[in-house]
Amino acid sequence: MTGRIDIHDYLAEFDDIPGTRVFTTTRARQGYWLNQFCMSLMKPENRERFRQDERAYLDEWPMTEQQKQAVLKRDYNAALDAGGNIYFLAKIFSSDGKSFQFAAGSMTGMTQEAYAKMMLEGGRSPDGWRSIREKR
Amino acid sequence: MARITAGVACSHVPAMGAAFDLGKQQEPYWQPVFDDFEWVRRWEREQKPDVVVLVYNDHASAFDMNVIPTFALGAAESFKPADEGWGPRPVPDVQGHPDLAWHLAQCCILDEFDLTIFNKMEVDHGLTVPLSMMFGKVAAWPCRVIPLAVNVVTYPPPTGNRCWLLGEALRRAIESYPEDLNVQVWGTGGMSHQLQGPRAGLINAPWDNAFLDDLVANPERLRRIPHIEYLREAGSEGIELVMWLIMRGALGPRVEALHRFYHVPVSNTALGHMVLKPLA
Repeated sequence: MTGRIDIHDYLAEFDDIPGTRVFTTTRARQGYWLNQFCMSLMKPENRERFRQDERAYLDEWPMTEQQKQAVLKRDYNAALDAGGNIYFLAKIFSSDGKSFQFAAGSMTGMTQEAYAKMMLEGGRSPDGWRSIREKR
Repeated sequence: MARITAGVACSHVPAMGAAFDLGKQQEPYWQPVFDDFEWVRRWEREQKPDVVVLVYNDHASAFDMNVIPTFALGAAESFKPADEGWGPRPVPDVQGHPDLAWHLAQCCILDEFDLTIFNKMEVDHGLTVPLSMMFGKVAAWPCRVIPLAVNVVTYPPPTGNRCWLLGEALRRAIESYPEDLNVQVWGTGGMSHQLQGPRAGLINAPWDNAFLDDLVANPERLRRIPHIEYLREAGSEGIELVMWLIMRGALGPRVEALHRFYHVPVSNTALGHMVLKPLA
């Protein structure tokens, strides 16, 4: 009914969305171990070992240095660029006792106060954030 | 025979679960939300569904990157709440309905929907938050629940039309189950939200409300919305709305809206909630 979708056309459009990393299979492959590390934090004993010595715990995983640095710095944009997925990365900030709003706000370049205020006022308008190419 | 008596749509924001668990319902931020859900709780107490087929997505809780099923149906006797990093939610275990679940799986596979079946699985906020919103604080959930998990994490997720068609197949399957059961189908997730990157916090109330309108008025339009439109208009996590189309497809061509609620913000998200009744 919807007609056949060309995978190349389908994927090409994703790069046209400002400020967004769509979790494609390319990113999923790149971020495989980063995301699997995140999953390990669902077990309390692993969270505790991670807290005790984050670097040592990360070194148990075959992750790139870029991925480990993104985790250590809690730089979630860098983690997305390294193939992380936000639902996996949520295990890190949940282990830190931080909320989704805190983590999302940290990726926008806004202060937590300014981000919270924007949400209370109805959120970010899609105007200007739909398409890089079409400037809309 | 079993029959589908209603469909419920509801966002499943984890912060709603946290507010519920911590007793924050009367705080000014949360009060409008929890006040609205009083309506559906009363309604559910009258409806007394036997089974809910609960369409949701797993948020990297039960499924990691090793297995990525597009549609996965839970056939276990029971499902425990997942520990998503802060300990499991203090809510009852979810009781399944293995006999109906296996019936649905068999029927759907013969109907050319090759569902994945899982037996041991923990269920995360995507499933337990809607249960709390619909049933409140209870010692045991008042009905059986068949989880239907949809991949909306790794692209591509299923198309909206594919979701709709699965809904239609579920309806045929439910209506061929010999026991007299009152079955509801719930579609969860959405509405507009983006949790990642510099564009986080995106909300599109006009687009969301047009979606709510057309669940009743023009569902054919919703079936044809391409993924790129969800991404551009409703934010990267707004793609969860394809799951509502499984619920809507299961209700048949015409429905009546019994209740509708829209609220911004809930954490990073636009909350949408609707109760739909199928019309003959």
